[in-house]
Amino acid sequence: MNTLVYLIPIALVLGGLGLAAFLWALKSGQYEDLDGASWRVLDDGDGRPHA
Amino acid sequence: MSCCAATIGIASVEDGAGQRQTASEELWLASRVLGNGLRQTDLSVPGVHCGACITTIESALRVRPEIERARVNLSSRRVSIVWKEEVDGRRSDPGAFVRAIGERGYETHLFTPGEEEGDAVLKQLIRACAVSGFAAANIMLLSASVWSGADAATRDLFHWISALIAGPALIYAGRFFYQSAWNALRHGRTNMDVPIALAVTLSYGMSLYETIGHGEHAWFDASVTLLFFLLTGRTLDHMMRGRARSAISGLARLSPRGATVVHPDGSREYRAIEEIKAGEQLMIAAGERIPVDGRVLSGASDLDRSVVNGESAPAPVAAGDGVQAGTLNLTGPLLLEATASARHSFLAEIMGLMEAAEGGRARYRRIADRAASYYSPAVHLLALLTFIGWMLVEGDVRHAMLIAVAVLIITCPCALGLAVPVVQVVAAGRLFQGGVMVKDGSAMERLAEIDMVLFDKTGTLTVGEPRLVNAHEIAPRALAIAAALAAHSRHPIALALQKASAAAPPLAGDIREIPGAGIEARTKDGVYRLGSRVFACGADGATNGQSEAILSLDGRELACLRFEDRLRPAARESIKALHSRGLETAILSGDRHPVVAEIGRRLGIGTWRAELSPRGKVEACTAAAGSHRALMVGDGINDAPALRAAHVSMAPATAADVGRQAADFVFMHQPLTAVPFAIETSRRAGRLIRQNFALAIGYNLIAVPIAILGYATPLVAAVAMSTSSLIVVTNALRLASTASTNAFDRMEPVACPRPLGIGR
Repeated sequence: MNTLVYLIPIALVLGGLGLAAFLWALKSGQYEDLDGASWRVLDDGDGRPHA
Repeated sequence: MSCCAATIGIASVEDGAGQRQTASEELWLASRVLGNGLRQTDLSVPGVHCGACITTIESALRVRPEIERARVNLSSRRVSIVWKEEVDGRRSDPGAFVRAIGERGYETHLFTPGEEEGDAVLKQLIRACAVSGFAAANIMLLSASVWSGADAATRDLFHWISALIAGPALIYAGRFFYQSAWNALRHGRTNMDVPIALAVTLSYGMSLYETIGHGEHAWFDASVTLLFFLLTGRTLDHMMRGRARSAISGLARLSPRGATVVHPDGSREYRAIEEIKAGEQLMIAAGERIPVDGRVLSGASDLDRSVVNGESAPAPVAAGDGVQAGTLNLTGPLLLEATASARHSFLAEIMGLMEAAEGGRARYRRIADRAASYYSPAVHLLALLTFIGWMLVEGDVRHAMLIAVAVLIITCPCALGLAVPVVQVVAAGRLFQGGVMVKDGSAMERLAEIDMVLFDKTGTLTVGEPRLVNAHEIAPRALAIAAALAAHSRHPIALALQKASAAAPPLAGDIREIPGAGIEARTKDGVYRLGSRVFACGADGATNGQSEAILSLDGRELACLRFEDRLRPAARESIKALHSRGLETAILSGDRHPVVAEIGRRLGIGTWRAELSPRGKVEACTAAAGSHRALMVGDGINDAPALRAAHVSMAPATAADVGRQAADFVFMHQPLTAVPFAIETSRRAGRLIRQNFALAIGYNLIAVPIAILGYATPLVAAVAMSTSSLIVVTNALRLASTASTNAFDRMEPVACPRPLGIGR
């Protein structure tokens, strides 16, 4: 019973961190272009102009 | 990366050539100021669909010094470009970006902002989904410990923690349902959200009461999980509509947003279309669309009026003739006097017709709404009867209330809430891959019900560009000369000639185009002329249904070139496929009788009507609506009211702006197979929706008696609810597993733009 006093808040905080991370990712636009992201993984360019 | 065969838009590269100046002005006006001398332009590029396309476009843009950032969004098929207003003291030209993308073989359209407000709701829904999912997962963990046999003190503690998590989550994530339910009740109606709101609130209240009284069962997990599933369904539904809407509105054509006004003192000004008043003089260059109705003051040219009236042959105009808004000026510059402002133009008349024709569709109620109207009163009645029944049997208010709440939770339309949106999202995704965009889910529901297909001719059954049909009858030398002459014009017939003959040697001599007549070349052999019979030979001859061009040397006829509009690829197979599915077909066209009859004969369509006005098309549609549910496929401005009047409608991506806005479906690729493909997918989606309803009702038939008899513990409710939702989702995903019949290999072969970034 005593351990629960620590474990439950820890579980909730960890879950809350996950939720906060998701909301942050959503806000910063990381889910705007899922189709594009799956293709960009394959692009080995560095994002700079091709000389 | 062979998937890069961008069928759409190769031709539009030269299409934009005539409007370079205005395009740059327009783009400058439409860009957003970001500060620090930076501006942002959003362009819609419907042709992108893989990684190579992204790299090609981004690298084509990044090499330009004025561009700060360029990023392609593949989901919305858009590219956003951030650029500097000035580089080395020179003003940047945004038109150059469009050309840079165009040179790589991609068509671009200026994206019209103002459709972004839907995004905010979507973000709220996703956030609510995340919060309710978080709460559901945590409460479920605590509940699992309770179900596996926690003793009294631990159980109470867990219930209290659950209550603390569930409370805020219900308020935050449940507000969509509370608002909607309140709205419905206030207007004396009931909808799907009323039992949801009631079940969630009652179960939370009851659970709290039980927790206070050290009760054994609490339904916190059920109420939050329910909310999570329902929000998922709602988010999917919203996402699908939003995506299609932005894709279609992003197609807004580059023209005509404005025109060059010539002031009495000779100065010129580019002005937005709304600010052009009757009586003002407008300069229309070759290749521009005419923005408002007007009268030609000077100049001569040919007008492509096909979007306006479906007539496929270009019509010559000269000083004194009236011109209609929306027509395309082909060969020569024109000075116009506007006779009406944009609000009173031909386009406005079409808009009026469209509003009048709206009726048939507004009455349509979506399947989910129809289901809700039967379902929610039944559920309320059932819960009430259960309460009364247990009161009569036991007389214990608390126990009767508990069981009534369990009934409400178990019957809550969790699977029903997912049944329709999941299927529609999967179906819309499948259609999107096949190059068909859907505006909203109800369009698919309506498409599944049709039994008749009405086609427009020009631009729908045909591609809307002429092709040389008697090349084998013409001497190769004459053909080469004709092609060499044609190289100097942008008239559709000249373009067709250029396509028909391989690289023609250039003709030495003085060559000029005479607008409204043809092309003349003074060479050492004599005077070559290519154009109408009157122009080439100086004599009037018999004309038939086909368009023709005469090549003459010093007035002697060398060759008579005949042209015909080309059928859209796979048109015949598509019509056959429609007939084999038991659908009737008919043509409604604004073009002349012999042309329409000929197309009907070639495609095997028996019923056709020609020379119809936009009003005539609407009347033909409503007449068909008496005994049929019709799909209208059309592209022109003149089709737009009929597209609205029909039960459901479809337009090619090349359609006029108004036509595309009016249609429920837009198909991006050339072949007409998109029509049977969309019908087939919609019908299968309809079948899956019905199956899902059957599954959801079947689940209720099993679960409801358990709940009424009082055996629905929180554990049983959680298992039953999740299982039914999973079954419904799995069933919907079956649609995605079958390959699309409208795959890319059925497309017309087109020279693939060579991607720069890949294959170095």
